[in-house]
Amino acid sequence: MKIHEYQAKQLFQQAGIPVPTGVLATTPDEAAAAAAKHGGIVAIKAQVHAGGRGKAGGIKVVKTPDDARAAAAKILGMDIKGSTVRKVWVEAGSSIAREAYLSVMLDRSTRSILFIASAAGGIDIEEVAEKTPEKILKFSTTSLTFPEAEARAAAGQLFEDAAYTESVLDIMRKLFAVFVEKDCSLVEINPLVLTHDKKVIALDGKVNFDDNALFRHPDIEELRDMGEEDPNEILAKSKGLSYVQLDGDIGCMVNGAGLAMATMDMVKLFGGQPANFLDVGGSSNPEKVIHAFKIILSKGNIKAVLINIFGGITRCDDIARGILESFKQITIDVPVVVRLTGTNAEQGLALLEGSKLIPAATFADAVRKVIVASGGTVVEEHNQ
Amino acid sequence: MSILLDQNTRVLVQGITGRDGSFHAKQMIDYGTKVVGGVTPGKGGQSIHGVPVFNDMKEAVAATKADASVIYVPAKFAPAAIMDAAHAGIKLIIAITEGIPVLDMLEVYHEVRRLGITLIGPNCPGLISPGKAKIGIMPGSIHLPGRVGVISRSGTLTYEIVYALTNLGLGQSTCVGIGGDPIVGTGPMDLLPLFEKDPDTDGIVLIGEIGGDEEERTAEFIRQHITKPVFAFIVGHTAPEGKRMGHAGAIVSGGSGTAGSKIKAFSHAGVPVANTIDQLAAITQMGLKK
Repeated sequence: MKIHEYQAKQLFQQAGIPVPTGVLATTPDEAAAAAAKHGGIVAIKAQVHAGGRGKAGGIKVVKTPDDARAAAAKILGMDIKGSTVRKVWVEAGSSIAREAYLSVMLDRSTRSILFIASAAGGIDIEEVAEKTPEKILKFSTTSLTFPEAEARAAAGQLFEDAAYTESVLDIMRKLFAVFVEKDCSLVEINPLVLTHDKKVIALDGKVNFDDNALFRHPDIEELRDMGEEDPNEILAKSKGLSYVQLDGDIGCMVNGAGLAMATMDMVKLFGGQPANFLDVGGSSNPEKVIHAFKIILSKGNIKAVLINIFGGITRCDDIARGILESFKQITIDVPVVVRLTGTNAEQGLALLEGSKLIPAATFADAVRKVIVASGGTVVEEHNQ
Repeated sequence: MSILLDQNTRVLVQGITGRDGSFHAKQMIDYGTKVVGGVTPGKGGQSIHGVPVFNDMKEAVAATKADASVIYVPAKFAPAAIMDAAHAGIKLIIAITEGIPVLDMLEVYHEVRRLGITLIGPNCPGLISPGKAKIGIMPGSIHLPGRVGVISRSGTLTYEIVYALTNLGLGQSTCVGIGGDPIVGTGPMDLLPLFEKDPDTDGIVLIGEIGGDEEERTAEFIRQHITKPVFAFIVGHTAPEGKRMGHAGAIVSGGSGTAGSKIKAFSHAGVPVANTIDQLAAITQMGLKK
């Protein structure tokens, strides 16, 4: 789960990490009022989950309340990588002497918690890693204990001045505490700045959380911005399904995440365009199939649906009952291709006999049939 | 032969009185697995499917001489259940549970490694040595005893692939579902040497998916250490960046972890990568005939 910069900064502030003061605004007038109250230079910053908002024009530094109003009017409603800006963070301007980078993340390769620190901040860290790898400092821990010695060594180098070792080290310690206490997958400060009056502050903040741990952090769940999420993904989650929308027109309903990905890949490989990833999950409650149909069809441009089930825990007869019930409860006016294999497949197929569903014997057969049913042409070159 | 598991492996089921634990304990017993007991705190003294239930792992291991355990307890309690098994002296632990927080697994991972224990999963279907025994949730009927080793990050996709292999008459020595989480106890690089050493495995099918760099590192590992033929299949070509595709570990982030990058790494290591499941079964058959 992702949160906004202003929410990340509120978490930082609670943890004792210095951040600039700011006010959230949802209208240009609110932004002007916040700027007037502050009285000096302010930054108007778009609050969206998508990265690269600076390049997209989502951040403006202004001197007067009128300019703040104009900047906010321009930024609010702006589309940044598919996210509409609904809120801006009006933040006290900082007088920047130097910019550094600091992050803590889960490193899957080494099964550790990795710190990345760099004296080159304020720019894309992947670019720094590629062009000037010597400017990147990395150290890690395989326990949930702060790696004091390595952190101290890195802290002294961040602003290339030992005078700031203690303040940087303190921020590292607190950032690690946020990471562990809130079950984060990433906490990032880019840039971490040294101001002209010699203070070290977090000028930006990015925090991502481990979805599996949200059950023990109701306070974090409350930070979820529904406006940033696909309503279908949220609905699917509440029904025990896993759904991600794609660009195509062939709906997919599959059991198991791996098989669901394979189904999308196969549809594409055979010349079709998958409309979604959808995993109905392990247990095969017929209700889930009905919800899955509703979510898939809500996308609008669906030309055909492929149901691909490999029964293990999932019982094919339960899926078949769900399909029949779906046809009773909702309008399904596109062709539906069904492939059932595994546990109780025969019973499932028997239940579907006489319905207008298109049965398919194998995975590949099902993919070919759904592409034809959607009005597309099957491509076979991949077999070479 | 087979790896990790055979008909003599003595298995305990943690969470045996729960819905999933009870159902799969029965399935495992029916397949031929030597299930010697189960554990559910507070329910010791009962018996289920003809095996005794114990209150804790230490008691269960002492009474049954078990050497493996399988975990069906909810995510909240699963890390403690893994550690209970580890500290009771179990050497092979299979965690089926999905949804364990990754920081919990970080601690568990390093502790079981330190103790020299093999942990399979979490968020996995388990493992099966066809014709001998299975530990987990996979349908036994699709498997065929034989000489192909299977390693996979997925559940149902593995069944699909095993089914395709079986339909071509290609039986399996052992199939291991390593799990779909960012941190799992055992990876392909732990299992490949076991298959390499197993005299009854001729080749290995490796099923990967987007996210992380395990496949890339595995490709290099194969190039250096594995002489038996390996055949790969990768899913998630069509997954958009930054979206978790069901499995907690299946996510392309910052342009890394893509299907393309994994295929490139395998090709570079001389490992053929199939486009489709049928093709995977076909190239495995052809590759093993040579």
